[in-house]
Amino acid sequence: MKWFVGHLGQVGDLLVTHALLAVIPLIIGVVLAIPLGWLAHRFRWLRTPLVVSTGLLYTIPSLALFILMPLVLGTGILDPLNVVIALTVYTVALLVRTVADGLASVPDEVIQAATAMGVGGVRRFFTVDLPLAVPVIAAGLRVAAVSNVSIVSVAALLGIAQLGSLFTDGFARNFLDPIVVGIVACMLLALVLDLVILVGSRLLTPWTRSGAAA
Amino acid sequence: MIALREVTKVYPGGTAAVEGLSLVMPTGQITVLVGPSGCGKTTTLRMINRMIEPTSGTIEVDGRDTASLNPGVLRRGMGYVIQGGGLFPHRTVLDNIATVPLLLGWDRRRARSVAAEQMERVGLASGLAKRYPNELSGGQQQRVGVARALAADPPVMLMDEPFSAVDPVVREQLQDEFLRLQAELGKTIVFVTHDIDEAIKLGDQVAVLRVGGALAQLAAPAELLADPADDFVADFLGRDRGYRGLAFTAAPDLPIAPEPTVVLGADGDTARLTAAGRGWLLVVDQADAPLGWVQPTQLSGAVTRETLHRGGTVATVGGSLRAALDAALSSPSRRGVLVDDDGRLVGTVRAQDVLTEIEREPQRSPS
Repeated sequence: MKWFVGHLGQVGDLLVTHALLAVIPLIIGVVLAIPLGWLAHRFRWLRTPLVVSTGLLYTIPSLALFILMPLVLGTGILDPLNVVIALTVYTVALLVRTVADGLASVPDEVIQAATAMGVGGVRRFFTVDLPLAVPVIAAGLRVAAVSNVSIVSVAALLGIAQLGSLFTDGFARNFLDPIVVGIVACMLLALVLDLVILVGSRLLTPWTRSGAAA
Repeated sequence: MIALREVTKVYPGGTAAVEGLSLVMPTGQITVLVGPSGCGKTTTLRMINRMIEPTSGTIEVDGRDTASLNPGVLRRGMGYVIQGGGLFPHRTVLDNIATVPLLLGWDRRRARSVAAEQMERVGLASGLAKRYPNELSGGQQQRVGVARALAADPPVMLMDEPFSAVDPVVREQLQDEFLRLQAELGKTIVFVTHDIDEAIKLGDQVAVLRVGGALAQLAAPAELLADPADDFVADFLGRDRGYRGLAFTAAPDLPIAPEPTVVLGADGDTARLTAAGRGWLLVVDQADAPLGWVQPTQLSGAVTRETLHRGGTVATVGGSLRAALDAALSSPSRRGVLVDDDGRLVGTVRAQDVLTEIEREPQRSPS
């Protein structure tokens, strides 16, 4: 506890970096997963290859991916871009299936009615399909957010500073305090992100909270 | 006017949903497409707004080939109502109804005010405007569906089993309101149903389709009942065709007898005196509206609601022969109660007299 009070500023900085490294890939990942998920939903024959291949990406060990990134991208080993891109890959891996499922959850008669009223193509996607898929996509997003917060810490092994650094630091010095602080901070960050997504999704979907049939 | 000329739809795999269908749906009338499942009625409906493209044949709306029109523009000119309403769950009632006006580029205020008018027109309380569809009952959702289809005042309405998802009482209510609305609006309506009674009740003309999408018969409901084209149509129409057909014949000249009455709450002696030996006596309220029958000899006290026999139906003077006959048959006294348009008692009619009127009707010759 004494250690924590003395290193408040340092822990704060690490927390902010950690949060950015987790959230930025989350946002890029959603933006990429939506068109991919749409393709998987729209073209039935594409669904299995897309969902399976993106899902496989998630099975690449994070450490391996972090080490591979500089080789593939030509970036420096300490470049945070490695982490951002690697986590974007994981986010896409988790969300393509979710987006496809979300789009599939839109009731057929709603799509029919929209089409029959002359709401078609891109307009229908953004005004009908996507808003109605939000509850399912948000659920997937919550999983991806927590997963990102956890995976970011692994990048400490490469020397990229964030909350994970507290683990490597504590381990190297055989000192428990930073490790405990790191764990608690990670959990809090994950909880806050989860809550933000939950609240955001509620705000975007007021209709899901309205009561049952009168 | 909507005209289908030799329209055929064959799905990949070779199943014909519709085959060589030619049909004219006159402006301002309700054309009902009815038939068993697999008869292509919904496919036919969706070919009209090009949600399904015909394999061959042409469809014209007011003389213009729909194939030459932009599908979006074509659809915005046709209201579309489906079973359950097909409402947007994420939009309020008002915004659901304003969908097509907004697509047509109206400003938001005008679209909303028109939507509010439509709510009133279909009998939705204005307090529901800000609700979401899942907060409404099935009947209310269906009304929103109709209001949404009417919002931009399209000349054509396509309706696919719009009243099938609600319970029978609400369905009948919606049907009656729909007819009242149509009398006011005069839209060109294509209505799909599998329910022959609904078809007969709502249609100006009824197209009976058989499995595979061929036209079995196109006729006005009365003609359909009186003269089915073949066994398939006769079977599909079902029983009691003669009786149901009477619903389409007005009963203008029935001999109406005056009926002695007592007001609800009268004492037993008054009732027995008024009945003057008749077994059954008609009870009315203060406004002279018939309430039911009592047997004065069975009365131990006053005429109360509990003593009323309510089995008899009530027919309106100038209504159908069917209603008049049913009033007589269902009345415990066998005297059918007739009221005026305001629900006040006019008199009673006997089944015999209704039958005499029926026999006087010119017999239709088989065509």
